[in-house]
Amino acid sequence: MMRLTTMNTALKKCFTISAAFRGPWTLLKKELLRFWRVAFQTVASPVITALLYLLIFSHVLEGHVQVYPGVPYTAFLIPGLIMMSVLQNAFANSSSSLIQSKVMGNIVFVLLTPLTHLQFFLAFLLAAIIRGLVVGVFIYLGAMWFVDLEMVHPSLIFAFAFLGSALLGTFGIIAGIWADRFDQMAAFQNFIIMPLSFLSGVFYSIHSLPPIWQKVSQLNPFFYMIDGFRYGFFGKGDVCPLISLAIVGGSFLVLAWITLKMLKSGYKLRA
Amino acid sequence: MITPSSKPAIKINNVYKNFGSLQALNGVDLTIEQGEFFALLGPNGAGKSTLISILAGLLKPSAGDISVMGFDVVNQYQQARQLLGVVPQELVFDPFFNVREMLRFQAGYFGRGPENDIWVDEILEGLGLADKAHTNMRKLSGGMKRRALIAQALAHKPPVIVLDEPTAGVDVELRQMLWEFIKKLNRDGHTIILTTHYLEEAEALCNRVGMMKQGNIVALDSTANLLNKFAGKNLRLTLGDVTLPLSIQPLMRHHDRGEFTFALNDMAQIEFVLAALRTDNIKVIDMQLNEADLEDVFLSLVGKKL
Ligand SMILES: Nc1ncnc2c1ncn2[C@@H]1O[C@H](COP(=O)(O)OP(=O)(O)OP(=O)(O)O)[C@@H](O)[C@H]1O
Ligand SMILES: [Mg+2]
Repeated sequence: MMRLTTMNTALKKCFTISAAFRGPWTLLKKELLRFWRVAFQTVASPVITALLYLLIFSHVLEGHVQVYPGVPYTAFLIPGLIMMSVLQNAFANSSSSLIQSKVMGNIVFVLLTPLTHLQFFLAFLLAAIIRGLVVGVFIYLGAMWFVDLEMVHPSLIFAFAFLGSALLGTFGIIAGIWADRFDQMAAFQNFIIMPLSFLSGVFYSIHSLPPIWQKVSQLNPFFYMIDGFRYGFFGKGDVCPLISLAIVGGSFLVLAWITLKMLKSGYKLRA
Repeated sequence: MITPSSKPAIKINNVYKNFGSLQALNGVDLTIEQGEFFALLGPNGAGKSTLISILAGLLKPSAGDISVMGFDVVNQYQQARQLLGVVPQELVFDPFFNVREMLRFQAGYFGRGPENDIWVDEILEGLGLADKAHTNMRKLSGGMKRRALIAQALAHKPPVIVLDEPTAGVDVELRQMLWEFIKKLNRDGHTIILTTHYLEEAEALCNRVGMMKQGNIVALDSTANLLNKFAGKNLRLTLGDVTLPLSIQPLMRHHDRGEFTFALNDMAQIEFVLAALRTDNIKVIDMQLNEADLEDVFLSLVGKKL
């Protein structure tokens, strides 16, 4: 009898705590459902695109280019393609969700709630990370069909995928809050995200570039994310992975801080 | 469910809002007690929605403050918003989800879980949405979207409910249904604040009325008092393009392209008006006599039709 009562109070306690978490959890759930409902567009399509890149580039360049000794070009390419898609999709998730709800006006449904700016941030951030990781896992599974990849440091692979998608998810929140129209968002995508991700060493090692371009590449945060992620697979890369991890983590903290400031001030959302 | 507290449902304290050089709110003061059924009236652009947006935390006041049951909407926004359900004027919806999903989400944001489903069913029933529960928001007709919008604001069972033109674009049947439902909520202790351009609605439902004009509250009283103040009959005469005799000018409340409305306290004044017109050789083309209603009150205070 006694035990039952304690259990009951324990259960009640769990329930009360979960009620406090229910707000942000609901927002996360909604954000996940939002992309999962249209998974053909948000997951299948980037996976197919990445696999097409893989098919074409590996077909054309396999045997002609060798970046790391003993690593076939196709194998070299796969981690870069996975990471590029992870990053682009993490960005796309938070940015497109925000710009759509702003343009449609349904963002008020969230703005009217007692959710704090931190909870708002975490829900959009986690949804972006999950979208990035889901896309990454599917590309990995598809790529297995081309070549067998070993993973030398799985924890590094996960750390870079997680932090990288967190960084881009946060950047997507900033872009989504800032942009007022779809064309502004498209400019963000085409003039910032695409060039940075293509010029980050997905298709080559920066050591194959002229020195000046090596220096320029080192200013690109995408370079560190891709290099570190690839290091997790092969155990080699252009930069020490811990330095890359610190750069990615540091950039994430800076952007997260900016985002929280924006949300707290109500910038563009609560004029 | 309703927090017992003696604090006013809403206290608006000298609130200003400007958009650039446009002064949308000019020092609004307004207190609405718990349990009231309050109508906020005013012509387009008077500042009603701006005031509601500040109340809901969607806009920041340029000066002044608002509290909901004693909680400041800026500094204690979590508590304030928890107590508040707002139906926005704009017909917005989320095209990804169906009606029931939206209601579950909306309740969830406020920390409500599966135990809230009974209430959600009650709302769906009360607003005639039960058979649309599984319809995607995108596929609802305009009136149905409006119902869903109202339902969403009620999903967490807020003690203070603000409806910004809930009956715009809604058919007679729903209007009936909606008001029955809202009246029941009011009887159960919920405070109701609404804006509407249908004055008969405000007159029939609300116990108190505030009228806004250019960012100011120009009248604030119980519906009964306002009607009493402007009691009596309205005599509407179609006279054409004429100048009224001086003697009856004080009785005139309003005129619009040859149509003159006179406010009368007793029937004897009809004879007085007609006699004065006859003396001046003004011909009466048409004549109507009716009870003064909120519209007349509004007209004389705001000087504009709603
Ligand atoms: N975001 C905004 N930026 C600039 N001006 C605004 C904004 N929102 C409202 N206004 C202006 O503020 C004034 C008050 O608008 P508001 O929407 O509060 O009026 P309202 O009383 O709700 O009118 P209606 O009956 O048409 O809904 C108007 O002149 C409007 O043009
Ligand atoms: Mg309005």
